[in-house]
Amino acid sequence: MQLTVWTYEGPPHVGAMRIATAMTDVHYVLHAPQGDTYADLLFTMIERRGQRPPVTYTTFQARDLGGDTADLFQRAALDAYERFRPSAMLVGASCTGELIQDDPAGLARALGLPIPVIPLELPSYQRKENWGAAETFYQLVRSLAGPHMPAPGTARPARAPGEPARCNILGATALGFRHRDDVRAVKDLLARLGVAVNVVAPWQAGAADIARLGQADFNIVLYPEIAGLAAQWLKRAFGQPTIATVPIGVGATRDFITEVTRLAGVDATEVLADETSRLPWYSRSVDSTYLTAKRVFVFGDATHAIAAARIASDELGFKVVGLGTYSRERARDVREAAARLGLEAMITDDYLEVEAACAELQPELVLGTQMERHIAKRLGIPCAVISAPVHVQDFPARYSPQMGFEGANVIFDAWVHPLMMGLEEHLLGMFRDDFEFNDGAGSSHLGHGAKPVIPGLREAKNPVVASGFAPDGPPRNDSESTDRPIVLSWAPDAELELKKIPFFVRGKARRNTEKFAGERGISPITVETLYDAKAHFGR
Amino acid sequence: MNAPLLATPVPASGCDAPPILRERGQREVFCGLTGIMWLHRKIQDAFFLIVGSRTCAHLMQSAAGVMIFAEPRFATAIIEEKDLAGLADANAELDAVVERLLSRRPEIRMLFLVGSCPSEVIKLDLSRAALRLGQRFAPQVRVLSYSGSGIETTFTQGEDACLTALVPTLPAAPAGAEASLLIVGVLADAVEDQFRRLFAAMRITRLAFLPARRAAEMPAIGPNTRYLLVQPFLGETARTLENRGATRLAAPFPLGAEGTTAWLRAAADAFGVADTVFEAAIAAPRERADKALQHSRRALRGRRIFFFPDSQLEIPIARFLSRELEMELVEVGTPYLHKEHLAADLALLPAGVQLSEGQDVDRQLDRCLAAAPDITVCGLGLANPLEARGLTTKWAIELVFTPIQGFEQAGDLAELFARPLNRRAALEV
Repeated sequence: MQLTVWTYEGPPHVGAMRIATAMTDVHYVLHAPQGDTYADLLFTMIERRGQRPPVTYTTFQARDLGGDTADLFQRAALDAYERFRPSAMLVGASCTGELIQDDPAGLARALGLPIPVIPLELPSYQRKENWGAAETFYQLVRSLAGPHMPAPGTARPARAPGEPARCNILGATALGFRHRDDVRAVKDLLARLGVAVNVVAPWQAGAADIARLGQADFNIVLYPEIAGLAAQWLKRAFGQPTIATVPIGVGATRDFITEVTRLAGVDATEVLADETSRLPWYSRSVDSTYLTAKRVFVFGDATHAIAAARIASDELGFKVVGLGTYSRERARDVREAAARLGLEAMITDDYLEVEAACAELQPELVLGTQMERHIAKRLGIPCAVISAPVHVQDFPARYSPQMGFEGANVIFDAWVHPLMMGLEEHLLGMFRDDFEFNDGAGSSHLGHGAKPVIPGLREAKNPVVASGFAPDGPPRNDSESTDRPIVLSWAPDAELELKKIPFFVRGKARRNTEKFAGERGISPITVETLYDAKAHFGR
Repeated sequence: MNAPLLATPVPASGCDAPPILRERGQREVFCGLTGIMWLHRKIQDAFFLIVGSRTCAHLMQSAAGVMIFAEPRFATAIIEEKDLAGLADANAELDAVVERLLSRRPEIRMLFLVGSCPSEVIKLDLSRAALRLGQRFAPQVRVLSYSGSGIETTFTQGEDACLTALVPTLPAAPAGAEASLLIVGVLADAVEDQFRRLFAAMRITRLAFLPARRAAEMPAIGPNTRYLLVQPFLGETARTLENRGATRLAAPFPLGAEGTTAWLRAAADAFGVADTVFEAAIAAPRERADKALQHSRRALRGRRIFFFPDSQLEIPIARFLSRELEMELVEVGTPYLHKEHLAADLALLPAGVQLSEGQDVDRQLDRCLAAAPDITVCGLGLANPLEARGLTTKWAIELVFTPIQGFEQAGDLAELFARPLNRRAALEV
């Protein structure tokens, strides 16, 4: 048993729902108790969908268990077919449905429905949401495109001269992080390159579209967590090569274009000469100097975490101090990306572990999921969301992709805005004793009245007792002090000197000085200690 | 969709009772685990440990909407493949999880092991686990268990199951104790305090609330306990209280000015409160409630409302909306109808109102769309799809999370229904 407070991924049948809901004419019959219907609200509330997900739950109850839950399943499947007339049906069980072992696959087959019925085996007690999505998409592709597979050894017919190359765009689902906009960004890019799109799937695809996947020349996998498995099969079945570079960030987008160029035989000179991304220039402009070596902590699904680490380090000049993912299936890729940055990747789905790492590393910016947004909020660190699990905020009204050159623009804004503007930082330092523009006023980007609460950044309201430690009692303020067992005292002049350090680096100064003093048994901390520590830790 | 067992309206007990459409098909409701959302806020030193699957954890997270609490007082022990191999194993694993949990959270005084669909299906005996762990952690922590599984409980029934588990542990009131009043069901603290003041003004001083805010403050109970339910979904709790000798005071539920008056009146009558004292106690708040209701009456009068089943609060709310705000009831769906506890509210419903119990969501959606009500009360899974079809909706879950009981909240309760209508009227695009 695993003790869990919050979870990064739902169960695998939610992954299957993300595939079915993305599509136009596929219905999912799920052998599940009534409580599992909560999953509908993920789609109707978080993504604000105006239709119910195409899912029928059998909603068996305790009193059905002794009787005929199998019959209940068959009736539900039959009724769903009659009512919704889907072009294909997915059948399977949720975690509880799995335990009662009714064999939805066999039961659905016995109904003899006149549409393809695709059984899903999603082991709920071993696997999670993204795996469920990948497996579902793979099964759909295999079942629907499989019948059109050429005989083994058949060469792909050559394209007629003048006919543009065609590709499939795979992996965008319902409830994905910016999937809606990424599809558009990639389609726009391909249009500029003169590459035709055969099928986008599962996003807004029908069963008939899946059946003709084999007609494309190659596949673009937007999210390997979801479409990697299906693309591998398509490669084997139809000889379609895969573009695995995910075009998030300027560098990755350029690489992506190069790969497309190679597979499609098109000329990208014009597109590359007119990149339409302001990121490279904004990053070079002098105001961005202050971004240099900002310490960032990156955590998310593997696709977005890897991309974010590359952008942070190569395109914004940040220093990545932590990189991790909850996608165990892609742990190896993230470990490689971390190793390139001289880090050891954090592979975990334990939210508390991520929080501890974040508190320990004291980054200046967190790039994470909605979970990390909450962590960062508690720690008083700016944060930008880069990956699922998603929140209603991750479905902005405006076009806001992550992919392509426009995606890079969006990312520049989204990551830099939570940070203070460079000039603003200097002014805050200059005017820190000004009556209205002072430490206590906080900074505008953290909202009105916000107070930084990074551990060690605790500032007492009363400047006389500036250390945050009352002389005769425990820390007054907060819970973070529990991880600071050694109570060091500060001489009053050292305390005053500390106040002269701009508040946004004061926490670090305090922490370093206390660490320095603690290791050497220095107490009280004097002005000398403060500067000794500064010299010791200086970059 | 699925053929209902009984599709034709059948009369409820008695010839004047409204007909009830009983349906059985796909239900679109939460399971009882969701009750932990408000139960853990109420009992401030209790922890709720769900023994379940990743789905349970995901449900709690999604229903909570945001993850505001770093370490909330609930968590899920997720059953894994290896636990399914053998039950002895699962018990040892559970003990280890509880040990870790309690060592991290020394402030916890009461631990609920909460059963889920998977734990029920694999027949993991949580009552035995609670007994075993209770002995181990006594007297520091009391360990109880109940099931919030979706195969046995619907949404608010989770609270019923939790309180039912609590009742046998309540201390016994001494024999020959004076009659005392017990208010049963989770109320927001502010509402609880309002009722305390009202009962004090009525000179009913031997008063307690179940659940109490802290584990050590749970009330005593005995044959001289008279209890009033604040929620219509506490059938099992009531039965268990009666096993311990307590007597229920029959009343409509305290929603709206009329409902609250009648509910308080039931206590006044049972405790021999003089009419003048009673009237004096309620006069001012009752007048405030009446006044507050006027605001929304303009928006709601004559509007047609349709209820999908959700919390079992539907019938008393429908009574309130029909009698105090003059709304027209198209269909009042409820997941389960407790005829005895709802008798007073049912009697106040207009003649011929269509009630439905249970659900077949696709059929009900057909009925709803055909009836085209002015406002539809439904769960979060249905609200946006209905809005997209041009209907105005009210999220049912807000009726559970918002304080709605008592005089001071009557206006707020009406406002919850008026707002979606006012909003729709305000939007020009």
